[in-house]
Amino acid sequence: MGSEPVFRREEGFCPCHGGRRNDPGAGPPAGQKTPEGSHTMYHIISIHDFEKNDLDHLLDRAKEFDTGNYRSRVLDGKLAALLFFEPSTRTRMSFATAMARLGGNSISVDSVEASSIAKGETLADTIRVVSGYADAIVLRHPKEGAARLASEFATVPVINAGDGAGQHPSQTLLDLYTIRQSMPIEGLDVGLLGDLRYGRTAHSLALALSLYGVTLHTIAPGGLEMPANIALELREHGVEVVEHADVEEVIRELDVLYVTRIQRERFPDSASYYNVASSYRITPEQLSGVREDLMILHPLPRAGEIDPAVDRTPHARYFEQARNGVPVRMALLHEVMK
Amino acid sequence: MSRKDPSGGLVISPIKNGTVIDHITAGEALNVLRILGITGSTQECLSIATNVRSKRVGKKDIVKIENRELRTEEVDRIALLAPHAKINIIRDFQVVEKKGVEIPCVLRGVVKCPNPGCITNTNEPVESTFEVLDKGLQCLYCDWLIKNDIASHII
Repeated sequence: MGSEPVFRREEGFCPCHGGRRNDPGAGPPAGQKTPEGSHTMYHIISIHDFEKNDLDHLLDRAKEFDTGNYRSRVLDGKLAALLFFEPSTRTRMSFATAMARLGGNSISVDSVEASSIAKGETLADTIRVVSGYADAIVLRHPKEGAARLASEFATVPVINAGDGAGQHPSQTLLDLYTIRQSMPIEGLDVGLLGDLRYGRTAHSLALALSLYGVTLHTIAPGGLEMPANIALELREHGVEVVEHADVEEVIRELDVLYVTRIQRERFPDSASYYNVASSYRITPEQLSGVREDLMILHPLPRAGEIDPAVDRTPHARYFEQARNGVPVRMALLHEVMK
Repeated sequence: MSRKDPSGGLVISPIKNGTVIDHITAGEALNVLRILGITGSTQECLSIATNVRSKRVGKKDIVKIENRELRTEEVDRIALLAPHAKINIIRDFQVVEKKGVEIPCVLRGVVKCPNPGCITNTNEPVESTFEVLDKGLQCLYCDWLIKNDIASHII
């Protein structure tokens, strides 16, 4: 293995290995300069690594970038490598846009086929090489834990832009940011609808919301329920998780309805996919009697889960949510490269 | 290796040099040997007793390994399956060291992650790494939680 990962201490853990995960508040690997500033983060890997004040700090910074309250070209001369080994439109483009708006540049790999991984190179070697080119690496990869592995081999900060069915912390931050634009997050009733088994955005968001004392309502087709380890962790955090068979049962109680797509690419075969596809769809008729300020979010792309007619209702916030990817990713890029 | 005990049955004789693992959780002796990489084809001379009566715990297993002194990291692996095991290092028939086992906080290269999508199940130069928690073993890379049947995941 390469350099030892930077682990954080967690309450209750034996100190012999220094805790479990990368500490976003911890400094870079030995021999590297610690970024300046009272609140600095290095790698952005998993929502597990964040305390509530870390999230609030990033959301505050995102708001500053969103409102133009920042020094122009603050990342002038900096280069981000966007390594996307899975398809992406919004995440990749919003990271590139964020970098450009901060005055920096980006280089990118857009698929496995276009990289040396197709020749058998390991991700570890790719990361070592790209560390020599760029000031930060933004990584999307089909394998869970890929970003954590990358952080062990990188000599520059790594931002996880989605690792398989695992974590997608920058999406979570923009989800939180979109909610916080309209209402305080604390104490909300949030519904998670859709593929909660393979949907990494739902996993990351649920764990982040657990820091805000929300009540979670889960509505998932059979077989796509939230993984037991995540449900257990949420309950350990004191979150009330209420399972519902149908969205109609609960939609009138919700402040936020977070809809996710069935993750076709994570199904072992197409028959399993078609068994559950189209089993839920939000329509304008379902929105009668809902709370006036109900917010419907979706990480996009959608594949029929939300009727386009819902777009014209005041509840539809998913395009605004996608737009918020830019200021949130500006905050992340600035945070790790400042 | 063994002698006839006139009071009833075979007993295992003492070993001159090696390790005696006592107070293994009943039924786990063979899994303990698997963790230690000891199979029927390896050279060690072994004595295994399972479901032996124990005043303290009712039943226990015992393993004696001749001419091999277990290292600390090997001992700690055993702790996963036999947290109450006692390790006796024997030299010239005398117990020269006696120690318990400690469950390590992190297991590296001991347990294979059951998640086929985990980065540790690829050709990457990375060891499987699990955190030992009250609720089970959790993969440090993909967060997969192993709650039961740890023995079947041991590499």
